[in-house]
Amino acid sequence: MTYQFDFGWLIESLPVLFKGIRITVQLILIGAVFGVALGIACAWVRALGPKWLKPVVAAYVELIRNTPFLIQLFFIFFGLPSLGIRMSELSAANLAMIVNLGAYSCEIIRAGIQATPRGQFEAGASLAMTPFQAFWYVVLVPALQRIWPALSSQIVIVMLGSAVVSQIAAEDLTFAANFIQSRNFRAFETYTVSTLIYLALAILLRQLLAGLGWMLFPRKASR
Amino acid sequence: MSLIAITEVKKRFGDNEVLKGISIDVAPGEVVAIIGKSGSGKSTLLRCINGLETIDEGSIVVAGAQFLPDEVHLKALRLKVGMIFQQFNLFPHLTAGGNVMLSQMVVKKTPKKDAEAVARKMLDRVGLAHKFDALPDELSGGQQQRVAIARALAMQPIALLCDEITSALDPELVAEVLAVVKELAAEGMTLVMVTHEMRFARDVCSRVVFMHQGRVHEIGAPEDVFANPRTPELRQFLGVQ
Repeated sequence: MTYQFDFGWLIESLPVLFKGIRITVQLILIGAVFGVALGIACAWVRALGPKWLKPVVAAYVELIRNTPFLIQLFFIFFGLPSLGIRMSELSAANLAMIVNLGAYSCEIIRAGIQATPRGQFEAGASLAMTPFQAFWYVVLVPALQRIWPALSSQIVIVMLGSAVVSQIAAEDLTFAANFIQSRNFRAFETYTVSTLIYLALAILLRQLLAGLGWMLFPRKASR
Repeated sequence: MSLIAITEVKKRFGDNEVLKGISIDVAPGEVVAIIGKSGSGKSTLLRCINGLETIDEGSIVVAGAQFLPDEVHLKALRLKVGMIFQQFNLFPHLTAGGNVMLSQMVVKKTPKKDAEAVARKMLDRVGLAHKFDALPDELSGGQQQRVAIARALAMQPIALLCDEITSALDPELVAEVLAVVKELAAEGMTLVMVTHEMRFARDVCSRVVFMHQGRVHEIGAPEDVFANPRTPELRQFLGVQ
């Protein structure tokens, strides 16, 4: 072993690194909020929604869950301009993550809805709620509580998967790492640092989601 | 003038006709017990009155609200009749108070402050004012069922349907729920209850309906129905010779 470790480049690369972190965090925050919202809407359609809309959502879910994320990203960024739909790298990355998480979270949330006892819908109905009101006010929160761990995992998976947006030159953390490495030729050190940052981000995100669940779902007062 | 008019109601599940032409009129303030073996159609009948099941023939009218299977008519019907279930069906993510407030705010658009005042009043009425902030998980079965009653009462229905409301309770908790129902009956609330509590039916109800194989087999005052069962089916059901 004659390799000399050198982290001297780190200081001058910090601005690039921080920008990458900022973009990655921004991507996952936007992706998670809108992706889960899309997932809830789609889960409602698949479990309880109007019949004519069900095949549409089913096709969307199957399409996304059976194709690679990278191809979805390329399709949005390189393919759609042919139809006159152009967007920035960052917008394309955001859209791809929302669409991707929307499909996966749809299936997770649907499982939570379908595990709801029928009596909950009937109780809502007997109190003169419309089916949608019963879904929104009665069924949704316990359904989300049931599947929260699975949904949290999926959000973390999407966050880690966001590394591929560097392929369309969205300047995320992976893009920053590649950029720095191509300047300093210190692949081992550069990717060690970026690995640790991803690890920290993922752990932070899990904690954040656990905290959100803690706020969102009721807990027994004491015991 | 009857409050609940059930006329020639028929209901099929596939080939199985569970209600074969039921007609019952319930007057305001009446307390009607529906008894019968499981499978006799008594729960189905109750669920039809609230529109939880559709009907194939006949009509159900509650205080002028006709049961038709569209959202507008269903809402009008359900605002008139509340329902209490065997399994309580409290909303697990809301406190007792939240359970009683929710439908007032969502359906009637009552402001939160007023809904809370009503909720406190209704919980007090069932003896659970001190449990306003408790989650359903933190309550006993009997307490949960009383919250469910308060929740139905908060919508100010003119009749309550009770579907075997004590059947899922431990024996020592049955009394506290029946006491609440008895009080409601004394206050003049119209009640239709499917029940296995024969003594309660005898003591509190103004009329008893015995259902057998999808038909009203016997109907009458409790002292008649229980003391002088006319048909062998009812005699067998009551265990008298």
